[in-house]
Amino acid sequence: MIKIAIIGLGKMGISHCAILGASPNVDVVAVCDPDSLLQSVFKKLTKIVCYNDYKQMIEEKIPDAIYVVTPTKTHAEMAIYAMEHGCHVFCEKPLSLSQDDGMRMVDTAKRLNKVNQVGYHNRFIGTFNEAKRLLASGIIGSPFHFVGEAYGPVALKSKSGTWRSDKKAGGGCVMDYAAHVLNLIDYVMGSPIIKCAGTNMPHIFSKEVDDAVYSTLTLENMTKGQLSVCWSDDTVRKMTTSIKIEGDGGKIFVDATTLKIYLKEDNPKEGLLKGWNEKHITDLTPEVFFNLRGEEYSAETDYFIHNILNNKSDNRNSFKSALQTDIIINKLMEDSNN
Amino acid sequence: MTMDRILLGDNQFFAVNHLSDERSRAQAVRFKEDKSILDVLDIAMDCGINTFMCTTYDRIGNIIKMMKQNPEKYNDFKFFPCMPYAHKYANTLTELGIVGTLKKYIPGNIFAAASKAGIAYMRKDFFTLMELLIDSEMKMFDGMNTPVIFLQNVVVDLLLGLGMDEFFVHYTEYIKKRYNAEPGFITMNLPRMVDICEQFHIENPIICSSINKIGFRMSGSIEEYEEYLNSNKRFRPIAMQCLAAGALKPEEAMEYVCSFPKVESILFGASSRAHIQQTRDLIIKYSKNNVDAYTNIHNANPLVSEEILQ
Repeated sequence: MIKIAIIGLGKMGISHCAILGASPNVDVVAVCDPDSLLQSVFKKLTKIVCYNDYKQMIEEKIPDAIYVVTPTKTHAEMAIYAMEHGCHVFCEKPLSLSQDDGMRMVDTAKRLNKVNQVGYHNRFIGTFNEAKRLLASGIIGSPFHFVGEAYGPVALKSKSGTWRSDKKAGGGCVMDYAAHVLNLIDYVMGSPIIKCAGTNMPHIFSKEVDDAVYSTLTLENMTKGQLSVCWSDDTVRKMTTSIKIEGDGGKIFVDATTLKIYLKEDNPKEGLLKGWNEKHITDLTPEVFFNLRGEEYSAETDYFIHNILNNKSDNRNSFKSALQTDIIINKLMEDSNN
Repeated sequence: MTMDRILLGDNQFFAVNHLSDERSRAQAVRFKEDKSILDVLDIAMDCGINTFMCTTYDRIGNIIKMMKQNPEKYNDFKFFPCMPYAHKYANTLTELGIVGTLKKYIPGNIFAAASKAGIAYMRKDFFTLMELLIDSEMKMFDGMNTPVIFLQNVVVDLLLGLGMDEFFVHYTEYIKKRYNAEPGFITMNLPRMVDICEQFHIENPIICSSINKIGFRMSGSIEEYEEYLNSNKRFRPIAMQCLAAGALKPEEAMEYVCSFPKVESILFGASSRAHIQQTRDLIIKYSKNNVDAYTNIHNANPLVSEEILQ
């Protein structure tokens, strides 16, 4: 059994806790959160021990791995402490607020050979993985343009006072929403974003943070594309993420439910025809042991546990790949300020 | 309490489509007006479908208000409310945290020492807080017939994973006592939920879960689901996502779910008369060897069912 402890019991922390609780090879030994109501629920209804101090938790419980699910500004300190005390670390996204912090996290994981993973869960959705595979196989020829988008209804009124509306704590649409899209573009396109230009990060309802991010991005392989992300959009019910890729041999449009492929010629090897083809998430989702809010969350957990059991520290969703996203987030903020 | 064999779901009305974000936008346009939803419920009643299983969206309250203007017509109509509407809480949780969310949705002030909510919060009495949240979700159904009240899968599966199974016991007791109704549980993890109910002596629970022949949203494995559905374990299954979000053709989908005699009810979503009739007729066709199911469905559609059987 792998002993796991969780720091932070917000929405994502509780969700991870439940998925880990249902995982076959995992024993959730402790959680850490200052909220007294939550502590009381855990104390009365579960065998999981609650702590106020994560350092004390790690010292007393000696877990094999830690989940860091706290506001972004605290990630580096907690993750590094955990790794230095022998733990593998799963950290929620974004990785960190400063490039220095992120680099220290990457270096520590490498130096101590710890399994490290970040919660960019889109990398575990079947449609996006299939899009990545098909694109890499050259199915639409050479890509010449892409568009990465995400919309959702988070900030719909003027409000302040939570960590998400606090730039210094890691709030804002760029950290919360755009991070997912940037990270997914790197993954699906198979080449990291290295530059951005013409960035616009307007405040729509939030006083202190951005509510949308629009920019022109350049990948390392020199493909260019657009980013369009807004969390003040109530035309959608929940966060909706998509990528469109245009190539000289066709086009790919992918979201979390459907993958559409337009081809200029038949592709018998893939069984795809000239014109529009559709693949659905129902055919692209591997079975999971437990399902809470979507198969991808169980799949990412399973993957983390598998890597711990096999001592594999470089992976699909490493600190290193998440640091790349942090770097671009910082560039977007700089570019929009200029 | 007997449940109707066929239940109409609500995803089609509220832009929930597991197969296509594009289609969900089209649905949002079609059902912009509350009246357009009521029109479909009327068609369903015409087809002998008298139960609407729906999430506790604010808009359901508007539909109920319209129904109340015509009480005789909807006298036999039943709601199976499913609570909570998760995205409402999820968006608030993201923004306000747990205490902020409780403060927003629990009626009364959780910081006022003299209120029921305030005392419950002070004492960390989370079961009472749960009751207050249930009451606030159920308010819109006042005066309507709600024989089964469901806890949504996001909550059921969260509690299952956390091992906070005692909530299920309290939920069951409260729904029976306060609403004189049967508790129901929606889950993406059917076998696990059946086991937990057995362990906590929740007898013969109503459990709604995905059941389809390609194993979509049937976590663990389809084989394990089938084993439970063919077992002597005491639970009352409702099948949902029978079409696997549209991946299956209606005929093969209904043939599969109806092949389990244990499945009491089938939940489906449709918004046109043709689709509603088609699904109903297929369920009738494939229920003919199941005496209880067939009697149930025959009583609701005497003419149609005889015709189909001939």
